[in-house]
Amino acid sequence: MMTLKAFEFKRGDTIIHRLDPRVKFLLSISYLVLSFIYNNFVILLILFLTSIPLFYLAKSLIDYLRSLRGALLFIILVFALNYFVSGLYLALTITLRLILLMSSFSIFFMTTYPEDFALMLVNIGVPYDFALTLTMSIRFVPTLAREAQIIIDAQRSRGLELEKGNFIVKLKNYIPILVPLIVSALRRSMSVAEAMESRAFGASPKRSSLIELSFKRRDYIALFIIVSFTVFMLLLKFYFHIEDYLNLYSLFMG
Amino acid sequence: MIEVHDLWFYYDDNPVLKGVSLEINPGEIVAIMGENGAGKTTLIKHFNGLLKPKRGYVKVFGVDTRYATVAQLSRRVGLVFQNPDHQLFAETVEEEVSFALKNFGFPKEVISERVEKVLKLLDLYDLRDRSPFTLSGGERRRVTIASVLCYDPDIIVFDEPTVGQDYMQKEKLAQLIKLLHTQLKTVVVVTHDIEFVAENFPRVILLSSGRVIADGSTRKILTDEDLMKKANLVLPQVTQIAYSLHEFGIPKDLLLVQEVRDSILKVLCR
Amino acid sequence: MAIVEVKGLSYKYPGSLKYAIKDISLSIDEGEFVVITGPSGCGKTTLCRCFNGLIPHFYGGEFIGDVIVNGLSVKNTPTTILSKYVGMVFQDPESQLFSLNVEREVAFGLENLGLNREEIRSRVNEVLELMGISHLRNRAPFELSGGEQQKVALAACLAMRPKILVLDEPTSHLDPASAYSLLTLLSDLRRRLKLTVIIVEHRLEALVAVCNRLIIMNEGKIIFNGDPRTVFSNENIGSIKSIGVGIPKVVELYHHLLNSGVVLRDIPLSPKMFKEYFLEVVKK
Repeated sequence: MMTLKAFEFKRGDTIIHRLDPRVKFLLSISYLVLSFIYNNFVILLILFLTSIPLFYLAKSLIDYLRSLRGALLFIILVFALNYFVSGLYLALTITLRLILLMSSFSIFFMTTYPEDFALMLVNIGVPYDFALTLTMSIRFVPTLAREAQIIIDAQRSRGLELEKGNFIVKLKNYIPILVPLIVSALRRSMSVAEAMESRAFGASPKRSSLIELSFKRRDYIALFIIVSFTVFMLLLKFYFHIEDYLNLYSLFMG
Repeated sequence: MIEVHDLWFYYDDNPVLKGVSLEINPGEIVAIMGENGAGKTTLIKHFNGLLKPKRGYVKVFGVDTRYATVAQLSRRVGLVFQNPDHQLFAETVEEEVSFALKNFGFPKEVISERVEKVLKLLDLYDLRDRSPFTLSGGERRRVTIASVLCYDPDIIVFDEPTVGQDYMQKEKLAQLIKLLHTQLKTVVVVTHDIEFVAENFPRVILLSSGRVIADGSTRKILTDEDLMKKANLVLPQVTQIAYSLHEFGIPKDLLLVQEVRDSILKVLCR
Repeated sequence: MAIVEVKGLSYKYPGSLKYAIKDISLSIDEGEFVVITGPSGCGKTTLCRCFNGLIPHFYGGEFIGDVIVNGLSVKNTPTTILSKYVGMVFQDPESQLFSLNVEREVAFGLENLGLNREEIRSRVNEVLELMGISHLRNRAPFELSGGEQQKVALAACLAMRPKILVLDEPTSHLDPASAYSLLTLLSDLRRRLKLTVIIVEHRLEALVAVCNRLIIMNEGKIIFNGDPRTVFSNENIGSIKSIGVGIPKVVELYHHLLNSGVVLRDIPLSPKMFKEYFLEVVKK
């Protein structure tokens, strides 16, 4: 559960928070692309390390590391699987790639207002309704979590013991939790729809917006850094064939 | 019966209960009041072990709740939650009401007998084959009460049972509480409905910001303006009238309309 | 001038066997403060939803008769248009706030209407200031208390500058202090913004002194409709009790005293009024 914290928006006013979401999204994509292009463990490690100062600037480093710890089991599982299938080196590479993937999107979600995320989606052409669905789902996650806890408490108070029994019994025991949760969510969606209608949802096909995304100087600077870094890394790989050098080096070192 | 001693509880790092101590004896009818966030619901969740104390202890029938399971404690302390939709899940009302009995391991014959009895008591017998989701709000609430009463706990705790209820429904609830009292049950109700408490409860425990700021006679507490203000509550309207007529010799500690009337008549006859 | 007119309205929810509202007729003038009450299931919530078109457009069902709101026929006007004139605040604070912060929540309706950014910003600031909640501007809904959430919901409606405000049991989830705060604010806003307010409530104590009309419904019909003193007259008290409506204590006291031979000038609707009328009796 702690792993989910890596993708949860954390309120803050750091420079990273203030960057335009499109810039941060580009950052994530660039990490994504680079992590798949490179196969060399050392490069991947360096890439991962470049993300650390970003987390630090965003004041989210501790949360991120905690969530990594939560995902440790999963990471170890991936490592072990790959170790037995492909050997140590590949296992390390793949595991590190996984971690890098996590960090690349983690930095985005931890520092971007979900509503800005929706705005960004609309900006790049995603229909408003879809973006709204996304924002609302995020908005209601804490509410649903709270309700789930209440439901669990209520059913436990009626003698339901969730820890007991074999797998089948345990599964059956979740019905008294899931049914009220789903019914409650359905009821709530009706209420939300009513409230939205009552505030003229759908009145105008051209919907305006209080907040608009606009690049500031810092965004241009960040954009420049990201693009140049990415281009640099791409050149290193495809033009200068750095990985071949590194492999030669490690071969040489035995 | 319920003994709470220096109870501290935290949500994340925020203290929600700060050294609460109280005792509830068999057969009592008690109202726990306070503004939203005062810690009322957190407190009652300690009575059946849903929450365990971080400091201090809670003993129910002599058993320390830290060393008992929720299922064990719930057997004797029935908790009726505020929103019926947070627990209804079965296909029929009958199945819904039997849930707790099944969980507690009652034999089949006992279950059907008890369920029938409690459905009749709460006027739900004709609805027993209906799906709980098709019932009205008031009916759904009665189903959740039935689900708890059927396994006959010694202590019944209601969490905010009057929210959104109309006058008639509140009257019926008051009657039910009286009935439970005659059956020697202990009834604890968490509520912020002042008039409801003034009319039906002899004892009030007032919580504010996680502390007990008053515990005792309803009359003394609900008519104390300063105390009510501290707890972010308001005086019952009847008491407000009594206060405003104090200069005429009307006592301030009145809770019921009849009392004010009698007092006024006495004053006028002089 | 009637701003809301209900003409022979009957309504049945889809799939329901009985009518939730049975042949109701009602007229509300601009600027009135109307309280609608009645036992659970009497149709008051249903009636509310007819004021902004949720019934029949959102709920479907069988809609007989019509409701004219600000000159528009509810039957023939979509909610998107009606909601410009009718703002609605619902019972559950959490379900009517669906944005991630207060500022954006209040802007939601204005964005729907396609207003330009400057206008939206200015209205949002204005209404937050008006309600005294500017300090909550950047907070998320789930962080707020119930009372604060309802204030935000109210602000979100008022930003759209409706002429009529309909509130469906807005205080039912609130503690007494928050309820009192909300109703006081509502009363104040009504006067300042010259709104017509229609509020559904069970607890009448805080409202009878400020409203000018009380409507009691039962089983889909309007049973009593008039100013509170007329409704709570001696002849009516018995029926009102049997319908299952809670009579404010101060009114009950009046009737108790009446039955004991003590006659006050008129039915008091608040402790303050009671003292006033009582003083007159004492002086004699």
